[in-house]
Amino acid sequence: MSALPRAHELGLIACHVCGLVCREPNFSPAACPRCGSGLRRRKTASFMRTWALLIAAFILYIPANVLPIMRTVNVGDVDDNTIISGVVELWMQGSPSLALIVFAASIVVPVLKFFVLALLLVSTRRDSDWAMHQRAALYRLVDLIGYWSMLDVFVVALLTALVRFDVLSRVEPLPGVVFFGLTVILTMFASMSFDPRLLWDARKNHD
Amino acid sequence: MSTSARCKPAPPGPGPAPGAQGIGICEYCDTVYRQREPRLNQVIRCPCCDAVQARHHAVDIDGMLALAVAALILFLIANVWPIVTLGLGAEQNSATLWGMIIAMWQHGAQLVAMVVAATLFFFPLNKMLMLGWLLAFARRGRRAPGFGRMMVALHYLQPWTMSEVFVLGALVAIVKARTYFDVMPEPGIYAYGALTLLITAFSGIDLRRLWDDTAEGSAQ
Repeated sequence: MSALPRAHELGLIACHVCGLVCREPNFSPAACPRCGSGLRRRKTASFMRTWALLIAAFILYIPANVLPIMRTVNVGDVDDNTIISGVVELWMQGSPSLALIVFAASIVVPVLKFFVLALLLVSTRRDSDWAMHQRAALYRLVDLIGYWSMLDVFVVALLTALVRFDVLSRVEPLPGVVFFGLTVILTMFASMSFDPRLLWDARKNHD
Repeated sequence: MSTSARCKPAPPGPGPAPGAQGIGICEYCDTVYRQREPRLNQVIRCPCCDAVQARHHAVDIDGMLALAVAALILFLIANVWPIVTLGLGAEQNSATLWGMIIAMWQHGAQLVAMVVAATLFFFPLNKMLMLGWLLAFARRGRRAPGFGRMMVALHYLQPWTMSEVFVLGALVAIVKARTYFDVMPEPGIYAYGALTLLITAFSGIDLRRLWDDTAEGSAQ
């Protein structure tokens, strides 16, 4: 594609934190002269860390969906809600647009993250030069939208604080919401620990 | 630009690369390119991977400081006043952000309580305070005490402030509650709504420019 040089070919490093362009140091634990952060060519152990966090997040995502995330008590009538049943309920109550937003934040975004990060990890390992620009864009998308998944956690927290009418009506959080919150945090760490520069390092034909 | 006028002997370690002014490196693909100053409404993208590299500075440092102070005031309103009130018959219940955190803690979801406290209270508050501090000095071209450490802290806090997600969450909670209760909006929800607008205005600003806009050595 382009004949533009890459930083490591010129012996340069951009600080990952402040962006300063530096000469590549010839000794190992080097610090950025401007902000003092560790100066590294690539994120440390990117493959291993991303896989580990991704797998852990996936394991926690199962109880997050199977277990109920909140309990509604209405005059002795107990109703446990999972993520999906919450979406269905919103749809039935006549707010299909909000139902779609919650569905996107709680289901589509986490699942997209699992797929995209796994795809990036596998394709980079295989030194693929397939769909470079699309894969790079997918990474930036997943990195950008990941934190919106926290939506459902905040919904449960606010309802718990609001609906406290003793015997008449109560809302309580259930373990599912803890697993879900952890899933979101782990997927955020996973996408942060993946180094998108590796996508471009792995190309077979540098031109 | 901050040229090192007082010529110290080059340190034996990594240094700013000589002649690196005007050179940019894409943080997504490591491609080296020549930096250009973006014109009005122009977005500069990496020539290799298309990632956004620079936007036109629509807001100057005074403007950023004004935004940060406004955001801080809105944030205080949003946290002191209740967000919404629910009514069931004669009974009424209202909730604040801290009411949420305490309720989650008491119901055995301490982990969630901590996540909520961090992402909706401590991180945003710290971010705004640090930003205000840095900008108050930066508008005179100076680096505030603790500049470097705060810039690093802001970099790491960036993905973990979630006030705008909470606004959407509050909306969903209100719609869910509306079926069974009377819902009355309180000042908190309006303050959060306005805060989201400011956060959106801020989201296009690359804080790293403060490194270039302030003179080195004006504070340590």
